[in-house]
Amino acid sequence: MAKTRTSSVRFPNDGLVEIPYDIYTDPDLYRDEISKIYRGATWNYVCLAAQIPNHGDFVTSYVGETPVIATRDREGSIHVMENRCAHRGALVCLKNKGNAKLLSCVYHSWTYKLDGSLHGVAFENGVGGKGGLPEAFNKATNGLKRLKVTEFCGLVFATYSDETLDFETYVGPEIANHIRSILSKPLVYLGRNVQVLPNNWKIYNENLRDSYHASLLHTFFNTFKLNRLSQEGGIVVGAGGGSHISYGKSKTGVDHEGYKAEGIHSLKDMQLKDPSLLDALDESGEGMTTRILSVFPSLGLQCHYNSIAIRQVLPKGVGETELVWNHVGFVDDDEAMRERRLKQSNLVGPAGYISMEDGCIGGFVQQAIRGVSGEVGIVPMGGSGTESTDARATEVSIRGFWRAYRDFMGM
Amino acid sequence: MQISDRDLYFRIERLYARYQRCIDDDELELWPNFFAEKSRYKIISSENYEQGLPLGIIDADSKSMLEDRVASIRRANIFEDHRYKHFVSAIEVTEIAGSIVSIIANYQVVRIDIRGNAMLFSVGRYKDKISFDQDPPVFLEKLVIFDNQRVDTLLALPL
Repeated sequence: MAKTRTSSVRFPNDGLVEIPYDIYTDPDLYRDEISKIYRGATWNYVCLAAQIPNHGDFVTSYVGETPVIATRDREGSIHVMENRCAHRGALVCLKNKGNAKLLSCVYHSWTYKLDGSLHGVAFENGVGGKGGLPEAFNKATNGLKRLKVTEFCGLVFATYSDETLDFETYVGPEIANHIRSILSKPLVYLGRNVQVLPNNWKIYNENLRDSYHASLLHTFFNTFKLNRLSQEGGIVVGAGGGSHISYGKSKTGVDHEGYKAEGIHSLKDMQLKDPSLLDALDESGEGMTTRILSVFPSLGLQCHYNSIAIRQVLPKGVGETELVWNHVGFVDDDEAMRERRLKQSNLVGPAGYISMEDGCIGGFVQQAIRGVSGEVGIVPMGGSGTESTDARATEVSIRGFWRAYRDFMGM
Repeated sequence: MQISDRDLYFRIERLYARYQRCIDDDELELWPNFFAEKSRYKIISSENYEQGLPLGIIDADSKSMLEDRVASIRRANIFEDHRYKHFVSAIEVTEIAGSIVSIIANYQVVRIDIRGNAMLFSVGRYKDKISFDQDPPVFLEKLVIFDNQRVDTLLALPL
């Protein structure tokens, strides 16, 4: 990727509290991010292993902006490769999913094995002894561009870099254990929803790590008495700052008084007419009702009651982000549990009772910072550091995101 | 059912006209009344639907859940003001079983935002089961299968 200009965006100081607004709007910086972050030493969520259970299964996905294919080969190994023919650069897989012995490009019928290596070239020896590939052509070095792959708790991640830390070191042991705890059994894929956010990818990453906003913006929580910042809970910031988990427990410290004192809107204490929506089972064994986990730069993992979803965050240009909600259950769920998870899926997604506002809030920021230069947004809640905390009215994990971001970007 | 084809189609057309006007004219409090007490309302992508995957974006199995949805839209959820215009066409009766009529129809929903932009927000088909036991008839099941997989910003108002 030829870089023609260098971004002029700078942080005002070495701290993590002041975030320059043009970091969300600068097209040159965006190109740098694609190369240094998405094509750098990061683990990018690609798909669920459960989406490609059989030999020959494939799905298409993205790493950053780049289309990729994830396959399962004859031996059961998972491969991730760019969805771009080594010959003329056309898409190889045109369908979102399928099963194949070989991957074949429609343009000139070049075929690839499930690990991405070049298998066949049409008219390799020419026709009638004329044309064809030159003898020096090395098929071994002309496969689909392959990425390194790791699978963790049924999640498939890929990276372009040989320097990327092994996954557990990358997120740190605490975050790794929380993923193990949420995705504790083999997964079954329930489907996906795709939401287009009118904002920069980093604004959604901040939102995902923003425990402070949860009960203030998402007033379904307040209105139906589901979550309070005064609940017992906390935040763990993972290795390097980029990953986090925020969790909350129910029926502890449900304190209306703080909210009344603050004059916070929508404290109406309504009741659901059909409370079966929240007929939840405590799968955590610790009364946790909300767990939001992130892995830099493209994964959100959510467990709200019994609704488990893997959120893939994809940049689609400097001002647009695609959010893919992949919902899962466990293979040993009975029918009642599956229905429960599906009913609770009303809580999240593009029409989610407790998530729909996240679809527009980033756009409100993106609209408001248009044309602004030299000014900053601030994340001062809970101090200036990135240490784990039992507070929830804090922006500690947003600062963690910026710590990781600055490290990867060298800013 | 002892009803001529022409009368049946007329009554279905009228049901859809009232249904879409209820949403488009922001009379959401009346919207659950189009459904039987025990009914299913589900919005699902054609991708999930055609792969046999059960996940929807709204999935309700009672009229009370729809009333909760309206209460939440009115009093809890936050989004920019916007309105819809529904366009329903190609209504076809696929089955008549006693007083229950199954239909399939195409729909488009244009969304008009607060800044004055109109966009094609959702396009797909309805697969509905309508009970003519009562007048006006009510939906026993309304399956909204949308083809445009990428949902712009959010879906607050029903389709």
